Amino acid sequence: MTNFKGKALSWALDDDVLELKLHRAPANEIGSAMLEELERFAAALEAASNQASALIVYSSLKSGFSAGADLRELYTRSQETALGARVAGVRDFLERIHRVLNTLDASPLTTIAAVHGVCFGGGFELALACDLIIADKMARFCFPELRLGLIPGFGGIPRLKRDLGNGVVRDLLLTGRSINATKAQAVGLVSQLAAEGEALRLARSTAAQVRKFDRATSAAAKRFIKPVPHEELRREIEIFCTLFTRPAVMEGLRKFVESTDALPYLP
Amino acid sequence: MRTLEQTTDEILTLAATHFKVSRAELTPDDDFFKKLGIDSLQALDLLSRLENHFGVELPDYEIQGVTDFRTLASRIQSRL
Repeated sequence: MTNFKGKALSWALDDDVLELKLHRAPANEIGSAMLEELERFAAALEAASNQASALIVYSSLKSGFSAGADLRELYTRSQETALGARVAGVRDFLERIHRVLNTLDASPLTTIAAVHGVCFGGGFELALACDLIIADKMARFCFPELRLGLIPGFGGIPRLKRDLGNGVVRDLLLTGRSINATKAQAVGLVSQLAAEGEALRLARSTAAQVRKFDRATSAAAKRFIKPVPHEELRREIEIFCTLFTRPAVMEGLRKFVESTDALPYLP
Repeated sequence: MRTLEQTTDEILTLAATHFKVSRAELTPDDDFFKKLGIDSLQALDLLSRLENHFGVELPDYEIQGVTDFRTLASRIQSRL
């Protein structure tokens, strides 16, 4: 399917560039609705690999690229189920989102995340599965999971570790602080910095460049320089599920969901 | 080197311009959430604008609980 318009996202293939647009208000939280459509997209991405050269992932929402996992849905569903079923449900969700992001990560297309605004948690992990991140200068990146007593669960640590030095990985993970796009470019996370509102235009310009190349050569180069860290990704799921059984996590989720703090997204 | 007063003034001007509030209505002791009418995502936007303007990094945890322009300015001033 080369075109799709869903509730959380849409995609279209135009002139051998595939564009995936995220548009689930308020901030592209990744819950079950987004996951279902991401799975449809992953299948379409594999099917389009002979027709497309590049993929651009972007958000049409003013709030940003994505605020991450849908913690309200996670908390609500967790409240409705016993511990054993709760962990099984989380594991199933993680297995599914990992399959989607692994497909994106290993796609033969050159993949570009055009990021603006918030790019937190699961949203950051989606961007990290792409080959290039082009960021609006007002974009912010963050892994706030430790405030909930968790680690990033959508492949964040292995992929961040693949791309950046361990010092930066520890800083982001262990402090939970957000960094701006300029800092993200300085540490090697962001490949191009865009003026405000220009990230998508720069991503399209970059896609126009990469589509000039032979697809098989680009795919071979990508396979060589960007191996998917499968073993660490598996370990991440295990650690996440172990941590998820602790009461501290439910308490962290409750605090987040019930927070009237002016800065609930800040760790 | 900017003085704290200069830093505060620049923050007030930047906030007034971006959030379309009259500069004359803003004072250093104002609660910027209330005065600017901003939510958490807009607060992050303000943080990015301040970091870009002053060329500093301001970790979130340093401004957690900060609600007035004067204290915000002092946090930035300590990194200039």
